[in-house]
Amino acid sequence: MPVVHVRGPLKQLAGDRGEHVLEGESVGQLLRELERAHPSTCGWILDERGVLRRHINVFVNGERVEQDTRVEASDRVDVLPAISGGFGPR
Amino acid sequence: MTQLLVGTRKGLYVLEGETGAPFEVEARAFAGESVEYAMRDPRSGRVFASVTSAFYGPKVFYADDPTAEAWEQAAGLELPEGGDHALERIWVVVPGETDGVIYAGGDPGVLFESRDGGATFTLNRGLWEHPSRRRWQPGAGGLCLHSIVTWPGDPDRLAVAISAAGVWLTEDGGETWRSGNDGIVARYLPEDMPPEEVAFCVHCLERAPTRPERMFMQFHGGVYRSDDAGRTWNDIADGLPSDFGFPLAIDPADPDSAYIIPLVADVDRVTPEGRVRVYETRDAGQSWSARSHGLPGRDAYLTILREAFDWTGRGAELELYFGATSGTLFGSGDAGATWFEVATHLPPILSVSAGGKSGED
Repeated sequence: MPVVHVRGPLKQLAGDRGEHVLEGESVGQLLRELERAHPSTCGWILDERGVLRRHINVFVNGERVEQDTRVEASDRVDVLPAISGGFGPR
Repeated sequence: MTQLLVGTRKGLYVLEGETGAPFEVEARAFAGESVEYAMRDPRSGRVFASVTSAFYGPKVFYADDPTAEAWEQAAGLELPEGGDHALERIWVVVPGETDGVIYAGGDPGVLFESRDGGATFTLNRGLWEHPSRRRWQPGAGGLCLHSIVTWPGDPDRLAVAISAAGVWLTEDGGETWRSGNDGIVARYLPEDMPPEEVAFCVHCLERAPTRPERMFMQFHGGVYRSDDAGRTWNDIADGLPSDFGFPLAIDPADPDSAYIIPLVADVDRVTPEGRVRVYETRDAGQSWSARSHGLPGRDAYLTILREAFDWTGRGAELELYFGATSGTLFGSGDAGATWFEVATHLPPILSVSAGGKSGED
């Protein structure tokens, strides 16, 4: 199954774990699955419309993708705040 | 000792001190985030902070001790799932009249209510589904519900103000709402506008707690007073250097009192003539006096935002505090007679809270 990587506050909200093996056929399904597994993440990545927040980027195997992008079982998915850096929380 | 909660573009600052001298920064929370508003519920002591993350969206957090790091996220502050709109920002959090009731107002023109002391909120459907909503237009700051004024002793009566959708009144606890804009003249609307027009850009609304049918309003261009609970409004701006501005404060002991901070105009949102002046009325707006002793008197072009003016205490011991986007925070411990610098180098100040707005310390 694809592995979703989160960091910073999203990692803390997701049980203080940075890697999540989740079931889903698209990026959007994986993010919903993350919300189901860790309800504290609800509203942080997807808004109440179910839309990816404007300044959150998702990458599959290093390539920036959209919410409806299909994923394979071997894929690595990174969820990152856009243009982030410095020595803040990792 | 007075504690101030100061929301800034770069976090929440908790300041403490005695009037007349600079305060100390006792704590900082939500570093780097925009803290739109923070307040302490005078009944429970619980502190609320509205935080708008550029990445993760708007959230409200609460804590019993803002100097600790044990903030919890309030639940339910969201619009109906799967709809066309997302919550953009929570502008204000206000204690209700009933124990445990807290209101939150936000963009897009939404009101939330909590009945468990602010842990969980629900959307007010009466306002959300109001038939006129399709005509509501946002102001420059969005479609913001920024003012929520309760009626002391009557939890069913509430007035809210939205920029730019005017004043809305309920007498049944928020089940039904009617507009309350009669008498307001919007210079940006045609004179022959239909009576159902609600595009009124109210900037701030406050109620006189000892005479609750009286409210004061800072409008987009105009300062108004209502003596009939918001049904009609009378312009009271004569004597001011400008009728444009954002925040408004009152003395809870005196229903004839109000304080405003005029800015030049909507196209030039700075203090007029390079002078920082708070204007006070003690006769319900018949006359205004500048209260500026101790405030910058030259080369000072400050912008004071909507939520960046607050008070605590009452009467001769009324304390007033306001902050500018320059990061300077001013205070008065004698009802505006004299002013001092509370802090000078904060980030741009979005909000100042000095205690419960019911007038209780």
